[in-house]
Amino acid sequence: MFVISEMINGMYQKVARAIQAKDAQVIQALAKEQVDAGADALDVNCGPASREPVKDMCWLVETIQSVVSVPLSLDSTKLEVIEEGLKTAKNRTIINSSSADIERLQKYIAIAKKYNSSLIALTMDKKGVPQDKDRRLELAAQILACAQENDFPTDEIYLDPIVLPVNVAQKQLSDTLEAIRDFKMLASPAPKTVVGLSNVSQGSTQRSLINRTFLIMAQAHGLDAAILDPLDKDLMDVLITSELILDRNIYCDSFIDAYKKSKSR
Amino acid sequence: MAEELKCIEKWSFRIRELQIGAGKEEGGTREITFKVGHQATLPYLFKEGEIPHRPIIAAEVFDSSVDDWPQSLSEEIGSVLKEPVDWAVKMVEELGADTVCLKLQGIHPDFGNRPAKDAVALVRSVLKKIKTPPIILGCGDQDKDNEILPLLSEATKGERLLFGDVVQDNYKTVTASCIADGHNIITESPIDVNIAKQLNILVSDLGMPLDRIVINPTIGALGYGLEYAYSIMERARLASLAGDKMLAMPFICFVGQESWRAKEAKASESDFPSGGDSRERGITWEVVTAMAMIHAGADILTMRHPKAIKIVKAAIDDLMKK
Repeated sequence: MFVISEMINGMYQKVARAIQAKDAQVIQALAKEQVDAGADALDVNCGPASREPVKDMCWLVETIQSVVSVPLSLDSTKLEVIEEGLKTAKNRTIINSSSADIERLQKYIAIAKKYNSSLIALTMDKKGVPQDKDRRLELAAQILACAQENDFPTDEIYLDPIVLPVNVAQKQLSDTLEAIRDFKMLASPAPKTVVGLSNVSQGSTQRSLINRTFLIMAQAHGLDAAILDPLDKDLMDVLITSELILDRNIYCDSFIDAYKKSKSR
Repeated sequence: MAEELKCIEKWSFRIRELQIGAGKEEGGTREITFKVGHQATLPYLFKEGEIPHRPIIAAEVFDSSVDDWPQSLSEEIGSVLKEPVDWAVKMVEELGADTVCLKLQGIHPDFGNRPAKDAVALVRSVLKKIKTPPIILGCGDQDKDNEILPLLSEATKGERLLFGDVVQDNYKTVTASCIADGHNIITESPIDVNIAKQLNILVSDLGMPLDRIVINPTIGALGYGLEYAYSIMERARLASLAGDKMLAMPFICFVGQESWRAKEAKASESDFPSGGDSRERGITWEVVTAMAMIHAGADILTMRHPKAIKIVKAAIDDLMKK
């Protein structure tokens, strides 16, 4: 499981304040803490309060990569903000994210190719988030066809089925899980799959329990990556144990430790 | 060319590189040192990834008499069998071994119970007489090994030798000495990849760097579990190349010890007439076992028969021609 940490996001007040004050230490401590906890990549988002997102993205990328060398997932709704991040980044990058709208997708794929980046593509378009599995598959196929037409490797695409909160769209979650499995059959090489995990428990109580239960089920459906909070120890422990049960790692008595040690750089 | 060679796997990780022996500039006295491991692919798939180092062969040398060896083996080594220092020199200088693996059987309470000072003196003499770094093995008795191996580690401090073996329920004492004195260590597990991984974690938790650990997966000779050992090694290698750092260490395989334990290798012609010439039979048993281990990913082989060593060394030369 490729763990993308969600914590460096201007939506969090602590991060927003650090971005505003250009307090590198706060961001760097956060980055190191996420990586030590098992993050394979860090999502980087300036947040809605940022007045100069292009400059802030550049500062965040420089600040983070001076202490950790993991890939960065550059998260913005504005392409110019993402491109600034891509220009600054020294290590592998993931663009987060494009929708399935062809016009938008073509621009994102062109940028991803230019900077040798992976791309998260959401199975939603102007009409909104799909209500069922078939529509998700249709949009996923549209995304992959666009990648193939533009000579972009399909295994560098991370398809996101869009996980809706359980208290909003309870009926859709089993469809979402099935979509994760079915996405893999749409292209060769198979695309990767990713979810923004915390969304599943948005507005609910027992958030951590809901998150980790959904994660286990998604892993069983072949999920490749998740954007999540690696500091949630219970969540990371079930993630590691699910990997073990799926034979992704060789068992040993200290298997939690072993997973973390194998990740340590 | 065969079709399967076109299927090139992309691996994300490689085996750790380990150095045996330290030269003068590194704080030791060895004129010849070895590097093993660091493969970026499965054995000899040069098209898939880099394989920078060849496997090395360490000749097994004992500190006490080996009366139970079959004649076809002992007569080949000759009179030096009773003189471990001369035996070591002969194996390296005349009979083609890369280095020696000194087994201190004589310190075992049941096989001589020799005192520590004899073992220290022997190791010092071997170091003086050969240019290569010897591998040093205890006798398998935990108390005796915990008493004597730390003294040998200290006496050879800075030489970056390879000491063994440590096991899951007895690893702390010898590992701590090897960490302090800058040596490498062999972690032994009973043909069990789960225990191999666990022991490496335990040893690294004590502070042993991962690039100073060699895995002894425990093997069986041809006819005695060879395939099982092969599959365990293969599983560990596949996991390592996919990123499991706790198994990504070089392997040592005790080929000599296991092959010459097989009745097919040691039985005389009168006891086993259908087996043919006993000398050829024993050599073949050791060679076949060694070759299987090399293809499973062995980095260090310990061997006994000079002819078998010669054959396997030539085969390694051949395999390493890309």
